[in-house]
Amino acid sequence: MGMQDFLGVLPELVVVVTALLAILTDIAAKERNASAAKNVTVLGLAVAGGLAFVSPGDSKMLMSGQVFNDGLTEWFRALFAFVGIVTAIYSPLYMKFRNIRLGEYYSLLTMCVFGMMVMASAASLLLFFVGLETMSICLYVLVGLRRNDPASIEGGMKYLVLGAFSSAFLLYGMALIYGGVGSLDYAVISQTLRESSSIGPMTISGIALLLVGFAFKISAVPFHFWSPDVYEGAPTTITALMSTGAKAAAFVGLIRVFGQALAASSEHWVMALSILSALTMTVGNVVALKQTSVKRMLAYSSIAHAGYMLLAIVTGTRESFAAASFYLIGYALMNLGAFGVLMLLNQRGKGDYSFDALRGMGTIHPVLGLTMTVFMLSLIGIPPTAGFFGKLYVFSEAIKEGHLTLAIIGLLNSAVGAYYYLRVISSLYMAKPEGDVAVLQPMSYKFALVVSALLIVMLGMFPDQLVQAMLAAIP
Amino acid sequence: MLLTLCIAVPAVAALLVLFLPRTAPGLIRWFSLGASLLAFAVSLVVYANFQVGEASFQMVEKMQWIPSIGAEWHLGVDGISLFLIMLTTLLTVLCILSSWNSINERVQEYHFFFLLLEAGMVGVFAALDLFVFYVMWEVMLVPMFFLIGVWGGQRRLYATIKFFLFTMAGSVLMLAGVLYVYFHTLDPETGKHTFDLLMATDQSKYALDVQRWLFLAFGLAFAIKVPLFPLHTWLPDAHTEAPTAGSVILAGVLLKMGTYGFLRFCLPMFPQATLEFVPWISWLALIGITYGAMVAMVQKDMKKLVAYSSVAHLGFVMLGTFALNEQGLTGSLLQQINHGISTGALFMLVGVIYERRHTRMIADYGGIAKVMPVFAVLFLIVALSSIGLPTTNGFVGEFLILLGTFASNTLYGVIATSGVILAAVYLLWMYQRVFYGKIVHDENQKLKDITAFEALPILVLIVLAIWIGVYPDPLLVRMEPSLQLILDRFQQGEFSHLMGVLP
Repeated sequence: MGMQDFLGVLPELVVVVTALLAILTDIAAKERNASAAKNVTVLGLAVAGGLAFVSPGDSKMLMSGQVFNDGLTEWFRALFAFVGIVTAIYSPLYMKFRNIRLGEYYSLLTMCVFGMMVMASAASLLLFFVGLETMSICLYVLVGLRRNDPASIEGGMKYLVLGAFSSAFLLYGMALIYGGVGSLDYAVISQTLRESSSIGPMTISGIALLLVGFAFKISAVPFHFWSPDVYEGAPTTITALMSTGAKAAAFVGLIRVFGQALAASSEHWVMALSILSALTMTVGNVVALKQTSVKRMLAYSSIAHAGYMLLAIVTGTRESFAAASFYLIGYALMNLGAFGVLMLLNQRGKGDYSFDALRGMGTIHPVLGLTMTVFMLSLIGIPPTAGFFGKLYVFSEAIKEGHLTLAIIGLLNSAVGAYYYLRVISSLYMAKPEGDVAVLQPMSYKFALVVSALLIVMLGMFPDQLVQAMLAAIP
Repeated sequence: MLLTLCIAVPAVAALLVLFLPRTAPGLIRWFSLGASLLAFAVSLVVYANFQVGEASFQMVEKMQWIPSIGAEWHLGVDGISLFLIMLTTLLTVLCILSSWNSINERVQEYHFFFLLLEAGMVGVFAALDLFVFYVMWEVMLVPMFFLIGVWGGQRRLYATIKFFLFTMAGSVLMLAGVLYVYFHTLDPETGKHTFDLLMATDQSKYALDVQRWLFLAFGLAFAIKVPLFPLHTWLPDAHTEAPTAGSVILAGVLLKMGTYGFLRFCLPMFPQATLEFVPWISWLALIGITYGAMVAMVQKDMKKLVAYSSVAHLGFVMLGTFALNEQGLTGSLLQQINHGISTGALFMLVGVIYERRHTRMIADYGGIAKVMPVFAVLFLIVALSSIGLPTTNGFVGEFLILLGTFASNTLYGVIATSGVILAAVYLLWMYQRVFYGKIVHDENQKLKDITAFEALPILVLIVLAIWIGVYPDPLLVRMEPSLQLILDRFQQGEFSHLMGVLP
């Protein structure tokens, strides 16, 4: 491993060291300072995020072709670091009022981010799988963290079983592709597929199994059944992490594997992916409509958003991948923010996540109300927000490439989605508050929320820089 | 810079309102009034600089916005948008005045949303870039959602979500249309796709079946906004539940965005499809005219009555537009302004008595002309202008529309004329039940007459109504060249074989 290789994976190395330091800090500080581990995590991830853009030269491949060193890697590393930081910032207060005390929490969180980073930079199916499993194993533990809560245990169990199931699909698919193509490297797969006149049944079965595995991981309909229960049962900080970070990591994988490595065989899977996309948007939205819990609503709506992003994979051009990346970044900002507000409001009274629990909160807590309104408007896709531009970008690329029907299904779905997001805003502002209204609002939360909201509006008004950056990042 | 200023003044003022102290509602009101007056003053400068006789866009501004997709900050004004912009800036001033005493809760947010709404509305009418247009079209939804949802009546939640979803459903389809047009428009200079409306219009040579789909995609969004029967059901709910100023803006400006959309996009860009859809839209407009009037007649709630009368009035506007001749188009554009003035004033008047009695039921009144004589006179003048009595604005507009309609299709003209009579019936009947006869409810004995402050915005509108009724020329000379330009597209060679439909 040369110097260049070392520099190239420096962010990942920093993250691993951070994970170790976090657990050591927690042991050293013990009960005296519960947020010491958090501080280490935030600091370490911030350094890693900063280092994400340190380029070790022009080479696009590192580690003998196993690791990508391109713009996509850089941006998504930074995004995962950001998601990790925000999750860590949200954690102490949430753990306190939920009575969770687990020393390994921050360490697991950091390792989870490490897994995501590996998924984004992997240049072979094998390394991708290693990243995926690293992330998933940490998440299995984190989801079942509230050991006294049956919902959390159920969520953890479901996630473990179905996660293992989908990993098996992926692994089997990879094995078949290896059998068919003779390599697990994206570059070799891509080249072999391009050069071969016909694709054998073994490869095709491999692709099909990979598709199912991915569909499980991004919770695309009809492989989504686990996700609402898991999202609901998991500690809200982890739900936020899963719906943004884990989802984004799986999507980078999709872009790399289906969008690039398997691009030459697209005629075999584009139809299946189109159907998945249409189903995912529609079912996610329709089921979200009748939820009474905001947390569950966000879970279903995140299925719907996965459907919109799948449309970009179906479109399959560089521009559409840039659009999906833009969307993922915007989505991470708004969804993390939405969960952040929910966590704060959830401290009150019965601590439920029902729409009714939000009544009148917008007027009483102006910062929470205002930022939540921005997040919801962005999730609907109202300009000038990142959500609007992301949708516009994804749909316009789809229309350009002739996927008009899918684009219209998506557009109509986003109108349907408006209803349940609006319900949040209307609960916040258009009803009288009841019961206990006091809410602890640490500065760090407020800071994260306000920065996210401002970024969302800025990205909506001046998206050009990020669009250009994403276009440059897609290889 | 004038048009940008027209959008920026209310937008910046809206943000500044947020920094004023919440505890000083008076200061917030004065500040908002000042800002809206400034925006109105800017629009007067626009009017003063407007070249009469010029058909194309004036005071055009163009700046890079999002180069990667070719969206530009591109604004301009022609005879079609000029008065709609002025109507917007004027009505905003009057609305802020009319809510001076009636809005006492969350004054800061109210004015924030109102100014934001103004910026969005001016933006819609001034946009010469499809992207800017769409952004402004959507931006406006949010303040309106809040204005109805927070300061509205009993069933405000239902009304506001219904309003939002109806509009949203239309506008997402419009987005698909916008994107399709975008990918079929090339900037000759850069060779890239562009959202430029002028280029899009010039290059719009779509095949007939494509035109049909695009007409429907755009048209559905506009028809919902208008609202054209049977897409009108959100309107009575939204109108009834909105606070007075919200209803005024909703009727005065928001509905016009739909009719404006037809004029600006559907007619010039999809002329063949337009010709095909003439009978469909005309019949829906006719149903709107008669159905709206008949439903208005049986309303027990005054505000609902005025709301349904809007459905009827907008039916006239649509009918005039799709007469596709000069009188019809001019009349319908003029009538758009007139409806903003007259119906705006009607909503304000209903607001005045609602403030006093907290009921809008016709049955709760009767004979109040005795206790509120000045109010009764103002109400009568406004009602007559809404009916279209000669020497009021409504007459000029309806007259031109009917002329245009008769010229293109006699049957439509006959049916529409009967709608004029129905309008007289429901408004005068309501007037009689509210103002004449004996005072049957004791509470009404002590009703205070309208104050000078309350009357001020209504008087402004009445002066305008009569001015336009007597001397509409300054409006007509500015409108006609731009409208003629639209008609020219129908006269161009390639559609000549379809011109048999036209007079």
